[in-house]
Amino acid sequence: MRRLLAMLVLALLAAWALAPLTAGASEEEIKLESAPIDVRDVASLQAGARSFVNYCLNCHSASLMRYSRLRDLGLSDRQIMDNLMFTADKIGEMMNITMSRKDAADWFGPAPDLSVIARSRGADWLWSYMRGFYRDAASPTGWNNTVFVGVGMPHVLWKLQGERVLKQAVMKDAAGNELKDSHGNVIKTATFQTIRPGTLSAVEYDTVVRDLVNFLVWMGEPNQVFRRQAGIVVVAFLFGFSLLTYFLYKEFWKGVHV
Amino acid sequence: MAAAEKQPVTGAGPFNGILTWVDARFPLMSTWKEHLTEYYAPKNFNFWYYFGSLALLVLVIQIATGIVLTMNYKPDANLAFAAVEYIMREVPWGWLMRYMHSTGASAFFICIYLHMFRGMLYGSHRKPRELLWIFGMLIFLCLMGEAFFGYLLPWGQMSYWGAQVIVNLFAAIPFIGPDLAIWIRGDYVVSDATLNRFFAFHVILLPLVLLALVAAHLLALHEVGSNNPDGIEIKKRKDPKTGIPLDGIPFHPYYTVKDIFGVAVFLFVFAIVVFFAPEMGGYFLEQNNFIAADPLKTPLHIAPVWYFTPYYSILRANTINFLWIDAKVWGVIAMGISVMIFFLLPWLDRSPAKSIRYRGPIFKFALALFVVCFLILGYLGTQAVTEGRTLLAQVCTVIYFLFFLLMPWYTKIDKCIPEPDRVTKR
Repeated sequence: MRRLLAMLVLALLAAWALAPLTAGASEEEIKLESAPIDVRDVASLQAGARSFVNYCLNCHSASLMRYSRLRDLGLSDRQIMDNLMFTADKIGEMMNITMSRKDAADWFGPAPDLSVIARSRGADWLWSYMRGFYRDAASPTGWNNTVFVGVGMPHVLWKLQGERVLKQAVMKDAAGNELKDSHGNVIKTATFQTIRPGTLSAVEYDTVVRDLVNFLVWMGEPNQVFRRQAGIVVVAFLFGFSLLTYFLYKEFWKGVHV
Repeated sequence: MAAAEKQPVTGAGPFNGILTWVDARFPLMSTWKEHLTEYYAPKNFNFWYYFGSLALLVLVIQIATGIVLTMNYKPDANLAFAAVEYIMREVPWGWLMRYMHSTGASAFFICIYLHMFRGMLYGSHRKPRELLWIFGMLIFLCLMGEAFFGYLLPWGQMSYWGAQVIVNLFAAIPFIGPDLAIWIRGDYVVSDATLNRFFAFHVILLPLVLLALVAAHLLALHEVGSNNPDGIEIKKRKDPKTGIPLDGIPFHPYYTVKDIFGVAVFLFVFAIVVFFAPEMGGYFLEQNNFIAADPLKTPLHIAPVWYFTPYYSILRANTINFLWIDAKVWGVIAMGISVMIFFLLPWLDRSPAKSIRYRGPIFKFALALFVVCFLILGYLGTQAVTEGRTLLAQVCTVIYFLFFLLMPWYTKIDKCIPEPDRVTKR
């Protein structure tokens, strides 16, 4: 099939369509897709770092992250400096950007720092967000997003993904009745229709986004892989220590009777 | 005891000479005996009796990790958020110190809540332990303050707006409220001035008070002796020759070795959280707190950390303006009373039996209902308000207060069974 068609099923509490009526029902709920990431996959993280530097690190900073930390991804200083450092001179520098926050605020509103974005938004949100852009003539940038309605950021990866429009439909059962969720709101599905293809296939685009989200999650806590590895050792030790102290306790209490 | 009357220290170790020298100048051996080797605790402690010593362990963890964090943290509104991430990323093992501290905060409340519940189960607040209970309650209040002040320090959105909400509660107090809130903050909004004073409270004032109260709590405990799951006094039956309680056992080595086992199991669970789930699904570290504080952007949903949510629910449950006083003020009053009312527990309880083992069905039902309501209120405090949830919170709040207010009556009419003479094991 030539036509690119990415399917995204959303369960919406249709708040923006129905306007807030009752409490609870006014909370819009968007089903996020689970991000297929693995922070131990170094090749994926390297690819993600490349996309991050090329596409994000112009408006967004990662001011809590040093370039030198990319060594943890198996990259040499030479590789980092030649391929990933465009706005810094020394490898120990932070991933800052040259645009001042004031300029950014004057032009389009400051873009958030992305150092710990994966920790505040979560991987699933980022994954769904980067795959949720569509063309919307009503928006100032010409772009909108299913996860972040009215988003200020245009679709930065549009050349890769192409341009799409959103087709929303109300879910119906076999008898033609509208399906509703537990709050009584209609459930909508969102389907995208490509109007201009990008340079990547749908699968290739998803791979780029997966790697990027993977990198953002890793960058949110670069120690996380080591943390889990160390945890296995610590927990195993404490398990043995618990057994030892249990037998010690039983030995001391052998002669005590209530 | 005058130094001249003291006997030389004799023992198996090589340090008898040194110990004798010290003991002649300092009450070393007598203190050791009074609080450890010759402090007689009941033999029948069960699972619930681990949490006192575990709370002490968590206090030590918090102080030790807190010292390391203080070395690297900057109490400055422009630097604080980045300083925490600096600890997480660049300070060697800083991430471990920070996660132990953040997990320790929740672990402290888990231990204290279970420790308090133990007291309610077995009547540990009853005569002659009323003052012991009051010291414990003061520790609990101090801990709440410590948690509140400490939570501002990461300077995330939840830190900032949580502090804003809580300080604004004081603004609800008639007449002096608005000025009081400014006095607490040191500014018209939560700001750098607030951060600096909260830092001082968190690392100096409250830890000092906390340590003093813990010492008082232990001294009071060792004065009256430990309660036990049967709720009977072991001091009533002593060996006529030695004067040692028949059901007592030296704290050291028996309970030290038992508590070390408790410590090992606790650390096992603690390490699983620290290393594998430090955020605990957003309950120990909230997602929104990874966004730097922004005074211009109020988050849609401000939720306190889980250990405050029952009281937060009680605060929000009051929606009725009454006697020309705003509903918000009543909410603040209700929340304050819901915490303070625990102080009165020793006098509200009129049951002839201390332990739940010998109490009647009414108390058992009341306590179970109270626990359920407490948990429901805790859950509701983490959720956004809806009409249905507010109603549920109101019902639970009423039951919460009735548990205490009706206690003098229902504990009196309850049908208790006679307590045994000696402790039992079950």
